[in-house]
Amino acid sequence: MLRTQEYILNFGPQHPATHGVFQVILTLDGERIVKAEPVCGYLHRGIEKLAEARTYTQVIPYTDRMDYLAAMLQNWGYVQAVEKLMGIEVPERAEYLRIISGELSRLTSHVLATGVYALDVGGFTGFLLCFREREKMMDLLEELTGSRMTTSYARIGGVADDVTEGWLDKLDKLMDEMPGYIEEYNGLITGNEIFQARTKFIGKLTPETSINYSLSGPVLRASGVNYDLRKAKPYGIYDRFDFEVPLGTNGDCFDRFYCRVLEMEQSVRIIKQAIEQIKEVDGPIIAKVPKVLKPPKGEVYQEIESSKGIIGYYIVSDGTNKPYRMHVRRPSFINLGYLDEMLRGYLVADVVAILGSIDIVLGEVDC
Amino acid sequence: MLENLFVGTTDWLRSLLGGIGFLPTEIAESIVLVVKLVAVLVFILVNALWLVYMERKVAAFMQARIGPNRVGPWGLLQTTADIGKLISKEIIIPKKADKVVFLLAPVLIFMPPLMVFAVLPIGKNMAALDLNIGVFYLLAIASLSTLFFFMGGWASNNKYSLLGAMRTVAQMVSYELPLVLSLLGVIMIVGSLNLSDIIAAQEHTWLIFTQPIAFLIFFIAAVAETNRCPFDLVEGESEIINGPYTEYGGMGFAMFFLAEYANIMVVCAMATIMFLGGWHAPFGLTFIPSWVWFFIKMYVLIFIVMQFRWTYPRIRVDQLMGFGWKVLVPLSLANIFVTGIGMYIYRAIGW
Amino acid sequence: MREITAAPVEEIKQKYAYVTVNDQQTIIVPVDKLMEFMQGIKDEFEFEYLTNLTACDYPEETKLEVVYNLNSICKGYTVMVKTIISRDNPAMPSVFPIWGGANWQEREVYDLLGIVFTGHPNLKRILLDDKFDGYPLRKDYQWESVRE
Repeated sequence: MLRTQEYILNFGPQHPATHGVFQVILTLDGERIVKAEPVCGYLHRGIEKLAEARTYTQVIPYTDRMDYLAAMLQNWGYVQAVEKLMGIEVPERAEYLRIISGELSRLTSHVLATGVYALDVGGFTGFLLCFREREKMMDLLEELTGSRMTTSYARIGGVADDVTEGWLDKLDKLMDEMPGYIEEYNGLITGNEIFQARTKFIGKLTPETSINYSLSGPVLRASGVNYDLRKAKPYGIYDRFDFEVPLGTNGDCFDRFYCRVLEMEQSVRIIKQAIEQIKEVDGPIIAKVPKVLKPPKGEVYQEIESSKGIIGYYIVSDGTNKPYRMHVRRPSFINLGYLDEMLRGYLVADVVAILGSIDIVLGEVDC
Repeated sequence: MLENLFVGTTDWLRSLLGGIGFLPTEIAESIVLVVKLVAVLVFILVNALWLVYMERKVAAFMQARIGPNRVGPWGLLQTTADIGKLISKEIIIPKKADKVVFLLAPVLIFMPPLMVFAVLPIGKNMAALDLNIGVFYLLAIASLSTLFFFMGGWASNNKYSLLGAMRTVAQMVSYELPLVLSLLGVIMIVGSLNLSDIIAAQEHTWLIFTQPIAFLIFFIAAVAETNRCPFDLVEGESEIINGPYTEYGGMGFAMFFLAEYANIMVVCAMATIMFLGGWHAPFGLTFIPSWVWFFIKMYVLIFIVMQFRWTYPRIRVDQLMGFGWKVLVPLSLANIFVTGIGMYIYRAIGW
Repeated sequence: MREITAAPVEEIKQKYAYVTVNDQQTIIVPVDKLMEFMQGIKDEFEFEYLTNLTACDYPEETKLEVVYNLNSICKGYTVMVKTIISRDNPAMPSVFPIWGGANWQEREVYDLLGIVFTGHPNLKRILLDDKFDGYPLRKDYQWESVRE
């Protein structure tokens, strides 16, 4: 009997478009997706379990290894949770340094996301152009933190090191150039007719679904929900800066992509203001914290806005120097939860476009 | 002197063979022909190697980097080194692959560009074979490569390869049509299928000026035919890994890779002949030999194709089909219609 | 840390008599009333965003605590809700019908702590292998080379 037959395509775990080791088992009808089953866990290292056997300070490098593209934001979320648990006041200068390094991390992450998205839809040049600027930022991050990606820069109560001589000027110069570079990305990637045809009205998310499925970050904001923790619940000293939260209207792949581009501009704004303000702030970069950290018995849940979305740390302390339980709310992981429904009915090529627009980091998904 | 470099060489060879005396003319002619075809083969391979290098350099400069610069002067030997590496690699045949077809596909993939180049007049009196129905032959052979892509994709027994192969067939079938229809305008004006006649007809006015729309359609369809970006769905790296070539390694992959460049040469040479006046020198700059002009024109087109690749993202499969059938085919039909009316009016006026 | 508005924990407590509130302003709900309570506070107090769902093992007290962190996007407040289930029979209703975001988070909790969420559409291991034995985030889990 002659009939069409659905077949299964293993998309990943080794696939150039999955940004790591992530598998989607696609049931296809020709090139159209009938069902998609995401399978993650190929990079599961058990960081939550490992943390239970480490002291509070020793956990910091582990947080780097989750979202290694914006490591500082992961550090920041963790130390903020511990600080809240212990009631530590962070010195002002440290807060500024956290903002600067954190926003720089966000920029590197977004620049990479922009470039990789261009690569996902087939434009190789955009990818390499974005890497050009990322390299400059990486150099700056390296000079500040000693490491390009896994920074481990935040400390409980402050940051590890003060800026070196002239570093702020270098950063300032790069931030002056940044709008020009962003314009270049817009010219090459965003404005491209084919790029827009590939991404507009693909993988649409309504605000209701986004909220219901706990999506966060640019994915949530692209569907028009104004929920950026930096504005909604300003942590640290974010209330001192003047910036906007870019929102999308359609909630499609293009909006998610463009939200990131616009967020880069806002990050540049924040960094510029922080550079201005930090020059007047002097003082310690780390609060007086005991050598051995023993937070009081209790639990805490603290969340900050990472580059991928809301990263939350749930920490239970039993009064010893090691966390009794640590759980991380990973934005990439939860943003993926709606993938199946998002992919249905689209073509194989759209899988790449949709997956790329969510901007996942597998280190974070699998934890 | 330079103008007649190759023609002179052929004549010299012919007279040398004739001078031997005891060889019948037919055998002497066929020896000359074999030499001509071997020259074409060498020419294509060398050009393909050069094009790989050129593409990498073009890409590098577009992407703010340097590109190959280690092997040989300015990295010129980079492709040679790459091919050397690929040759020395093991040929891996997947367990469930159809072995004969799997091995045959990369061998045959070079056939269409070679066959096409045999009839292309690359200079004044410089076609290895001057066929009467050149255009017809060209189109027939050029579309053969679909088959070999499909062979490779099917024989690999891999779903990604199969998807890629299916895309090749769909793409080539739907872009063959506008390609042929756009050439129809040219043939109507010239009134001949002979490539030399078509070039001769462009001595004063290149056909790109009388048939601009046909040129655009032809060029777009040609880029699609060669599976180049933005129409590189067949090997869409971020979607279906590498399409039909996924399972190929070593020399099998290299053959597909080089064939891609040979195909680009073919379509750009075709565009040069059909629309850019072939080997005719513009502005009376005849002191530059005709075959040099041919290559300059061809390389300008190739350069544009490369610029496309490093600028545009990849188009989606339904958009590709839609563009082919809804835009290019009607447009090329309209072009034929307008050409016909124009010719009728011209004739009525009596020009 | 500055909160925009404190969550209306007192109001919630008055409305739902069966809940208790501890000194960290965490609401503790008995597990049999969980669904009713969750649906109630989602509708009435606009906790439309489930940020975090996790659990913690307390073997000494033979209990597992399941933690829900709820945010209200329009009101800007946040609340932590807890429920306690027995360690011997770790089964409880899934909040997936209320918040879709619980989908993968419940799977993760099931995977690592072995809590069975009844009513979840696709409760399978998510991070670990399907054949994996045991629940690693439980305190009594022993892995092969124990590091002191």
